[in-house]
Amino acid sequence: MSSPSPRFHLPLGGYLVVLAGICWREALRFLNQRGRFLSALVRPLVWLFIFAAGFRSVLGVSIIPPYETYVLYEVYVTPGLVAMIQLFNGLQSSLSMVYDREVGAMRILLVSPYPRWFLLVSKLLAGICVSLLQVYAFLAVAWFWEVELPPIGYIAVLPALLLTGLMLGAMGLLMSSVFRQMENFASVMNFVIFPMFFASSALYPLWRVQESSLVLWWICTLNPFTYAVELIRFALYGQFEPLSALVVAGCAVVFLGASILAYDPSAGVMARRGGPENAR
Amino acid sequence: MTVPLHDTAPSPSDPSVPALAVHGVTHAFGARKALDDVSLDVPTGSFTALLGPNGAGKTTLFSLITRLYDNRSGAIHVLGYDVRRQPAAALSRLGVVFQARTLDLELTVLENLVYHATLHGMGFGAGRRRALELLEGVGLADRAKDKVRNLSGGQMRRVEIVRALMHRPRLLLLDEPTVGLDIASRAALVAQVRELVASADIGVLWATHIIEEIGPGDRIVVLHRGRVRARGSYEDILAEAGTDELGAAFLRLVGEETEAA
Repeated sequence: MSSPSPRFHLPLGGYLVVLAGICWREALRFLNQRGRFLSALVRPLVWLFIFAAGFRSVLGVSIIPPYETYVLYEVYVTPGLVAMIQLFNGLQSSLSMVYDREVGAMRILLVSPYPRWFLLVSKLLAGICVSLLQVYAFLAVAWFWEVELPPIGYIAVLPALLLTGLMLGAMGLLMSSVFRQMENFASVMNFVIFPMFFASSALYPLWRVQESSLVLWWICTLNPFTYAVELIRFALYGQFEPLSALVVAGCAVVFLGASILAYDPSAGVMARRGGPENAR
Repeated sequence: MTVPLHDTAPSPSDPSVPALAVHGVTHAFGARKALDDVSLDVPTGSFTALLGPNGAGKTTLFSLITRLYDNRSGAIHVLGYDVRRQPAAALSRLGVVFQARTLDLELTVLENLVYHATLHGMGFGAGRRRALELLEGVGLADRAKDKVRNLSGGQMRRVEIVRALMHRPRLLLLDEPTVGLDIASRAALVAQVRELVASADIGVLWATHIIEEIGPGDRIVVLHRGRVRARGSYEDILAEAGTDELGAAFLRLVGEETEAA
C-alpha cells in the first residue's frame, strides 16, 4: 500500500451535473408533495387573511421607510410572512435531511465523491428554489388581497430571497448537526421558529416594540431574522438596505461555515456521535 | 446476470492492488472502543464475508470506509487510494448498500437511480441508459417507471444494489443487505451478488450475521466486539476452529471471548 497512487481529479463539469441532479430531485419531491406545498402556502395566508385583518384596526403603522404613505397592516406584515415562509422551509428541509426518513438520503448524498461542502451548498440551493416558488405563489395571492407592490419589487426581491434563504437554510443545517434534542419539528417550532418570528420586525415595527419594552427591543435588534425581514421589505419596494444585507450575508457565511465544519468527516459531530443513524 | 461493469472505468494500474485494504484501524466513540486494531483485505474479484453478531462493529467499519467520518488511527485504502487523503478517488470507486433502506419511496425506480448517477457526475442521459441496462440484468426493467413504494422488500434491495453499481465501482460494500427479507429473496440476492463477483471482477465485502449466506470458497473475516477474531478462507476458518460446520466454528471463535469477558 506504500506505492503512491496516480493523482485523481473530479471533472469540473461534474460539479454542474451534481448541482443539477440535486435540484432535479428536489423538484420531483416537490411535485410529489403538493400537500406540503399547499400547507406552506396556507400558513402565511391564514396570517394575512385573519390575523392581519383583525389587527388592522388595532395597530396603526406610521410612515416609516420604505413606506411613503400610511399602509394597511396587511401591507406591513407581508414581508414578514414572506420571511416566515423561508424560515419554515429552510428549517424543515434542513432538519428533514438528518431526521425523519431522510436519514438514508443524507448517507447517499455523502458517499458522492464530490466535496462535502459542495454537496451541502447544492442541497441548500435546491431547497431555496422550492421556497422561491412558495414565496411567489404567496405574493400572487396577496396581490388579489390588495397587497399590491410596485412591479420592480417582484424582481428586486429575488436576490434578497436568495440571501435570506441561504442564511435560514444554513441555520437549519447547523442546528440539525449541533443539537441532539431537536428530534421533532414541533419542538423546533416552539423553541426556534416562534421566538424568532415574534421577536422580530415581522409583525410590528421595532419603534413600537421599543415603546413597550426596551429588553424586547434589544432582543429584536439582535435577532438576525429581523434583518432578513427588513432586507425583504425594502427589496419589495425596489430599495436596498445595506445594514440588513450585511447582517444577513454575514450570518449566512458564519452559519454555512459552521455547518460545513460540523459535517466534516474529521472535525465534525458525525465522528463523535457515530453518524446520523445514532443521532437520538 | 450479464453486467458490463467497467467498460469505461479506469482499471487500477496494478492488478495486485486489493479492492479494499484496512490496516490497523481503531475507532472509539468516547470511552467505547467500537473497533480495535482491525485489519482485513478484500481482493478484487472476491466475495469476502464480514461475519459478526450485532454490535460487532460492522456498521462503524462501513462508516469509516465510506468516510462518513474519519478513522483516527490506521489506514483504509480503496483500490490503493487512501480514503482520508484521497477521498474523491476512493469514493468514486466504491459502491455501497446500507443496512437501512435509503431509496426515496416517493420517486420512481429510474428517478432514484438517475439521481444517484448525477451525484457521481454522470449525466442524465448516461445515467438513464446505465440504469435501464442494469435493471434488465436483475429482471426489474419493467418496474423502472414504478414508484419505489410499490416494490417488495427484495425488489428494493435489488434496486439498491443496482444503484450501488451505477457508477461502475470496483468495490461493493453491503451492510446486512438481507435483513427483513424472506428466505427465498435472501437466497436470490446472495446468488445475484455472487454472480456479479464472478462476471464483473469486483470485490465484495458482505457484512452479515447469518451463517447460511456464506459458502465454500468465500473469504471470511470474523469480527466480534470490535476485534478481528479470525480471517481466511472458508476452509481455513473451519480448520482453525477444528470443526466441519461454520456455525459451530463461529460460536467457538467468538464464544471463548464471551466467556473470558
